[in-house]
Amino acid sequence: MTSTLFALALIFGELSLLAFGGGNAILPEMQRQVVDARRWMTAEQFGALFALAQAAPGPNMMVAPLVGWRVAGFLGVAVTSIATFGPSSLLAAFALRAWERFRDRPWRRIVQAGLAPVTVGLIAASAITMARASDTTWGLAAVTLAVAAVTTRTKLHPLIALVGGALLGLCGLGAV
Amino acid sequence: MLMPISPLPASPRRDPPSVVELFHGFLILGLTGFGGVLPLARRMMVEKRRWLDADEFTDLLGLCQFMPGGNIINMSVAVGLKFRGATGALAAILGLIAAPTVVVIALGALFDRFQDDPKVRHVFAGLAAAAAGLLLSMAAKVAWPLRVSPINSIIAAACVLAVAGLRLPLPPTMLALAPISIAMTWKAARP
Repeated sequence: MTSTLFALALIFGELSLLAFGGGNAILPEMQRQVVDARRWMTAEQFGALFALAQAAPGPNMMVAPLVGWRVAGFLGVAVTSIATFGPSSLLAAFALRAWERFRDRPWRRIVQAGLAPVTVGLIAASAITMARASDTTWGLAAVTLAVAAVTTRTKLHPLIALVGGALLGLCGLGAV
Repeated sequence: MLMPISPLPASPRRDPPSVVELFHGFLILGLTGFGGVLPLARRMMVEKRRWLDADEFTDLLGLCQFMPGGNIINMSVAVGLKFRGATGALAAILGLIAAPTVVVIALGALFDRFQDDPKVRHVFAGLAAAAAGLLLSMAAKVAWPLRVSPINSIIAAACVLAVAGLRLPLPPTMLALAPISIAMTWKAARP
């Protein structure tokens, strides 16, 4: 148990410091760690946890405490929450003190602009990873594409898209 | 007699928020922010509670986007720290994640309890497929502005290939791609 908690702390502490672009940028690495490396759950189960976190309110990093809960109960929640939110928050706190000095420096703009394509790539990689984990049938793949198309073209509320997907799933699209 | 021309009165600022107000403000934000908290955060902090003016908000957001971690998470820390030091930062971030943590664990427990029921499995399968669709849509939106820059497009594509295609670990991928991307940006910015 202690070794599991230690592993959770290590994995999510590292993810915390790599999360340029927020929670949606680190999903492939999270999946690689908890599914491929540690075998704590299947890719499909990880996809379901991600979906639950999307359906809940709040920041888009809530899949982390959910994974912690799944792997090691309430202690797991405590450890993953501290590991996920602690390191990046401390870094932000220290950076805030230096922000006055570096925000107008040319290098700040260049570093930020330079990180942007990497962040975009990570978010796209997350989308592909989660689609691959969740779309186990043609029907589900159709749901993913339909939701992507509709929410890109319209201002449909994400929560309505999620409810729509859940209803389509209930109608048996998952079995097609 | 000339009347002194006074500038437009600045929007009345309230007193800096207390630790309890910080916790409460972010608690409400965490509870109500479905599908993206940031627009709500702006409304709460700039328009309703007037903790920050519009420029201060944009400036802090710039910092939060520059650092790793969720933007709104970093924002809660920065705002808490600004007004009430370390205690304020802790109150703000705890307020932000308290309710969502309870909600996701409750949903997780429901899922565990009923996942053997085929109907529930189907619902969650549809939910997961839709959630992946939301991510795809988000990826399309953030990728769209890159199309004008071939170099940026290549770097983003290399990142997708490494992380989603080859499933390489993230730390070495970032260590390789981020400096290249920053160097390219730096070169392009020079005349």
